[in-house]
Amino acid sequence: MSTPKTPLNKSGDDLVASYYDLHEHAHPDGYSTNLGFWIYLMSDCLIFAMLFATFGVLGGNYAGGEGPKTLFNLPLVALNTSMLLFSSITYGFSMIAMQSGKKNATLIWLFVTLLFGLAFLTIELTEFHELIESGNGPQRSAFLSSFFTLVGTHGLHVTFGSIWLVTLMVQVGRFGLTAANQRRLQCLSLFWHFLDVVWIGVFTFVYLMGTLR
Amino acid sequence: MNPAGDIAKQQAHLVIVATLLMLIIVVPVMLLIVLFAWRYRASANAHYEPEWHHSTQLELLIWSAPLLIIIALGSVTWVTTHLLDPFRPLDRVKEGHPIAAGTKPLEIEVVALDWKWLFIYPEQGVASVNEVALPVDRPVHFSITASSVMNSFYIPAVAGQIYAMPGMTTQLNAVINKTGKYEGFSANYSGAGFSHMRFAALGVNQGDFDAWVSKAKGEGGNLDAATYLKLEQPSEADPVRHFAAVQGDLFDRVVNLCVRSGKMCVNQMMALDAKGGTGKAGTFNVAQLTYDKNGREAITPIVPGQQADLDKAFVRAMCDPNAKMAGPLLPEGQKPANASTAPAKAPRQSELSLLAPARSTHS
Amino acid sequence: MLLEAPSTHSHWTPLLGRLGFDALPTEPIVMVTFAGVALGGIALVAALTYFKLWGYLWKEWFTSVDHKKIGVMYMVLGLVMFLRGFADALMIRSQQALAFGGSDGYLNSHHFDQVFTAHGVIMIFFVAMPFVTGLMNYVVPLQIGARDVSFPFLNNFSFWMTVGGAVLVMASLFIGEFARTGWLAYPPLSGLAYSPDVGVDYYIWSLQVAGVGTTLSGVNLIATILKLRAPGMTLMRMPVFTWTALVTNVLIVAAFPVLTVVLALLGLDRTFHTDFFTNDFGGSAMLYVNLIWIWGHPEVYILVLPVFGVFSEVTATFCSKRLFGYTSMVYATLVIGILSYLVWLHHFFTMGSGASVNSFFGITTMVISIPTGAKLFNWLFTMYRGRIRFELPMMWTIAFMLTFTIGGMTGVMMAVPAADFVLHNSVFLIAHFHNVIIGGVVFGVFAAINYWWPKAFGFKLNVFWGKVQFWCWVVGFWLAFTPLYMLGLMGVTRRMRVFDHSFDDLRIYYIVAMLGALLIAAGIGAMLLQFAISIWKREEYKDVSGDPWDGRTLEWATSSPPPEYNFAFTPIVHDLDAFADMKKAGVPRPTSGFADIHMPRGTWAGVVLAGLATGIGFALIWQVWWAAIAGFAVLVATAIFHTFNYDRSYHIHAAHIAQVEDQRTAQLAALSKEGAAA
Repeated sequence: MSTPKTPLNKSGDDLVASYYDLHEHAHPDGYSTNLGFWIYLMSDCLIFAMLFATFGVLGGNYAGGEGPKTLFNLPLVALNTSMLLFSSITYGFSMIAMQSGKKNATLIWLFVTLLFGLAFLTIELTEFHELIESGNGPQRSAFLSSFFTLVGTHGLHVTFGSIWLVTLMVQVGRFGLTAANQRRLQCLSLFWHFLDVVWIGVFTFVYLMGTLR
Repeated sequence: MNPAGDIAKQQAHLVIVATLLMLIIVVPVMLLIVLFAWRYRASANAHYEPEWHHSTQLELLIWSAPLLIIIALGSVTWVTTHLLDPFRPLDRVKEGHPIAAGTKPLEIEVVALDWKWLFIYPEQGVASVNEVALPVDRPVHFSITASSVMNSFYIPAVAGQIYAMPGMTTQLNAVINKTGKYEGFSANYSGAGFSHMRFAALGVNQGDFDAWVSKAKGEGGNLDAATYLKLEQPSEADPVRHFAAVQGDLFDRVVNLCVRSGKMCVNQMMALDAKGGTGKAGTFNVAQLTYDKNGREAITPIVPGQQADLDKAFVRAMCDPNAKMAGPLLPEGQKPANASTAPAKAPRQSELSLLAPARSTHS
Repeated sequence: MLLEAPSTHSHWTPLLGRLGFDALPTEPIVMVTFAGVALGGIALVAALTYFKLWGYLWKEWFTSVDHKKIGVMYMVLGLVMFLRGFADALMIRSQQALAFGGSDGYLNSHHFDQVFTAHGVIMIFFVAMPFVTGLMNYVVPLQIGARDVSFPFLNNFSFWMTVGGAVLVMASLFIGEFARTGWLAYPPLSGLAYSPDVGVDYYIWSLQVAGVGTTLSGVNLIATILKLRAPGMTLMRMPVFTWTALVTNVLIVAAFPVLTVVLALLGLDRTFHTDFFTNDFGGSAMLYVNLIWIWGHPEVYILVLPVFGVFSEVTATFCSKRLFGYTSMVYATLVIGILSYLVWLHHFFTMGSGASVNSFFGITTMVISIPTGAKLFNWLFTMYRGRIRFELPMMWTIAFMLTFTIGGMTGVMMAVPAADFVLHNSVFLIAHFHNVIIGGVVFGVFAAINYWWPKAFGFKLNVFWGKVQFWCWVVGFWLAFTPLYMLGLMGVTRRMRVFDHSFDDLRIYYIVAMLGALLIAAGIGAMLLQFAISIWKREEYKDVSGDPWDGRTLEWATSSPPPEYNFAFTPIVHDLDAFADMKKAGVPRPTSGFADIHMPRGTWAGVVLAGLATGIGFALIWQVWWAAIAGFAVLVATAIFHTFNYDRSYHIHAAHIAQVEDQRTAQLAALSKEGAAA
């Protein structure tokens, strides 16, 4: 992109050619997609950062109720974590298959990823259900409000990721591994791994440190 | 800015110093803007240098001149912010009159209500609405809270403002140096009656202050929990009122959102939380904690039917083998200070609030 | 949950939620406004139908992904909402001038408290934001020599989300009510207990809908500036306006998610009875105040940085001189951007943080004045040894420099915590931020409109009415806000609806302020007249050259208005002020050898998706759950459906481009012949 500061004395056509791109090639489709998606992810990251901050401030306010030590079922959460971690690995496999142009393998690994994602969501919903049933819903204390919101926001992201995943499976199935579809798979890949990273934060700061508190 | 108190006077002085410091740079800049705009107008055909766009000396000047001003102002800021911190006890009543060590300031407890001000004088045992009397040249320590929403306690003639917030206290140390009647008000919008949320701040001599107190005592009326709960209801442009006596722990209960009988006080709740929560037993401590999350307290009092359900749930939790009860383990310090003076027919929830903190043994 | 919270709204029904006939206006003032707006709306719809303009508007504007058209639509939105916001301002001023000496004025608290809340919300979110976003949208791609933004569809969607938010605010006027909390809606006042009606919900959802648009538009413009610059335009060769736009959009992406979160949490408190900001159950209202200002302070710079860019462009152009200290201007912009995240606590020194915390935030605030001051000096020394043409944009710039300096000074006064204890929440504060927002943002937007209007429409604006507008605004501003500065120093607080007898001798200040507001109203009238007359006489004010001001940056290198592809050939940049450089080198305009140009195609999806989002917002405000859920399902389905459309672009054929460019060649030839003859 670097051009000399002032072109030497030129005239006529040479001058035009040094100031106008006369044989330009349009930017390829999706030229900015990767960067744009990264910037979006950073804004999403900030949403989680704020929710973590809120949990950090309010996380100790049990309002005379139960604290994390007795509330959390750590083995269940550990199982849940493994579901999400496995789903990230299988998504990785899917991307490897995509890069070598194997449509069916891509689709199979995407399907496995989806199953892990759904397993994660099922376990999370079970946990939420148990908490709410025992009277520890999000209305019980500021601690539980911020807990449900942080974990629930992550869960919502996984839900949307799953819907997106299904959409992409249909699109890859119908239109093949076109450039546009590959780009979309890459974006979802970023999104999915991002959720994994956020979950590691949730697991560490909310569950592990909560139980140790 | 017409200060009648030492703090307000220092703050006014500070505003002037800050302004002057900035005028050192603001005035020349504004003059230069006008000068350059005139001098280099197109029709003037003044000296024209279209390629001149950099000068290291000038760049240094335009970054360092404001920097120097800010360094000066920054040091003033650091010092005055600490000296005039509203939480800091005064060290002088006015210039040249330091306060002798051990002098106790006059204590005044302030509650911002919807939409009026309640002042409690714990030492004198009197209270007033929308009027506060301040003895001249005596340091005053205000403890400030609010019953429902955020307000800001402000008597411009005496000292700068500080927020009044429910569930906590802020403090203000100040002194008045002149007798007279001054305006006080809420400086933070707090709802429909905000415009009328004003009070009179009276600067009075010690003798007049004593007379004011005895007048309040003479007017009768006891500010107990029941009276307070009635007073707390929203009203606008309330006339000045006095109370001859005040329930001793009223202010503490206002701060801790537990004036109504049967409520767990916030400090009690926080002490439990600091110990890691209450375990399963505390899950259903809901009714005695509800202050206003579902609506103004008076609109949604504890609903009887739900209370019964709650009690059952509480009992169930007690019987749950997973939540072994270690008995009512409320440490001494956490008992509500007025446990003995609480109304006799306190409902069962007040007992619950004592039982609730019971913690499971494995915590 | 065992404890179902008792509903504060007894009349909730599954079908209509909280909506009922009682939501319709009953107060005479509102009813008259309602009738007026309804009749006006019907007349507009009828006229558009009569002249068969719907098809044109839909095809050429609403579904367009052309950044220039979207930019213009943002400006129109800002202008319409500006009239609404200013009507609120007049109501505040007149109520405060009337309600003295026992009079209750003409607005009750239910009404007045909505008016001042709506005034703040509308002016910031639906006037200032659309104005600066519109300017950035229109100008940035042209300045960097690009054909459009990185994500043209997203751009259209962002715009319609902003419109959706504005529609919700306007709807609150007639269906239900708006918040009565002040523009930042601090809890507990904005909580369920003290604002049980739909006002705060309108506030939350209008800002959420618009906020999504703003965030995505920020993402879009960052990607555009980083990826689509013309060859040779290194970062340090970007025009200053593009630089400020870049920093602004980084601030948007880094600040608006915070607003989204904090409003979502408040919404959860209100709708699902959670405990984030409640008094009881361990909530913390102070958390809300902190979070909202972590968004709120950068927001101030989001508004003002782009107009700093505008003033830089205008000053350089009308002084016919390179901008003095480009590099320090760029660094000043970056420093301001970073520092804007380190000062939020200065908005609530009076909350009782410790002295050291207060001092820290006070001093960081003052430090911001250093790069801001440097910018001012840079403009000043650009004027030095320049050849200043006092066209309207330059007049606004001088007025800005003088006005903003005072605003900056009063801002630093309040940055001293101990002084802020006196001035906080007083009308001094009101005067200060109107001083920086009117003197900075509004003056800057007017400079920009006068500067870039010829680019956008191919004709200049009428100068006489522009000058009338200018003087009405400048004099009106000082007349309206000097009394407030004085009242503030006397300790008068803000948001007062009525004044008891202790205020009697202060009434004159409010009357003068009211006169100032009326003068500003005259200024707005002059501006509308200026637009109307200029459009009427557009042949007379025509500018064929595409470069009416002897501009320095690339947007002036193309025709006015620019063709949809912006540049037939992408320019190559060799220096700062690329177009000035080209003019100096005497580069002829290429007139042949055109190739096909790849452009994005318009789409219905933005309008439909944003419309659905607005509908969902409305359903959530009134708690019509079935509609919210159904709307959301349709929204997701529509978005998925849209992704099945892979065919999103088309080619403009070389023949068509040649035709357009030949026409321009002929125009320019005629122009130079005219010039030679004269």
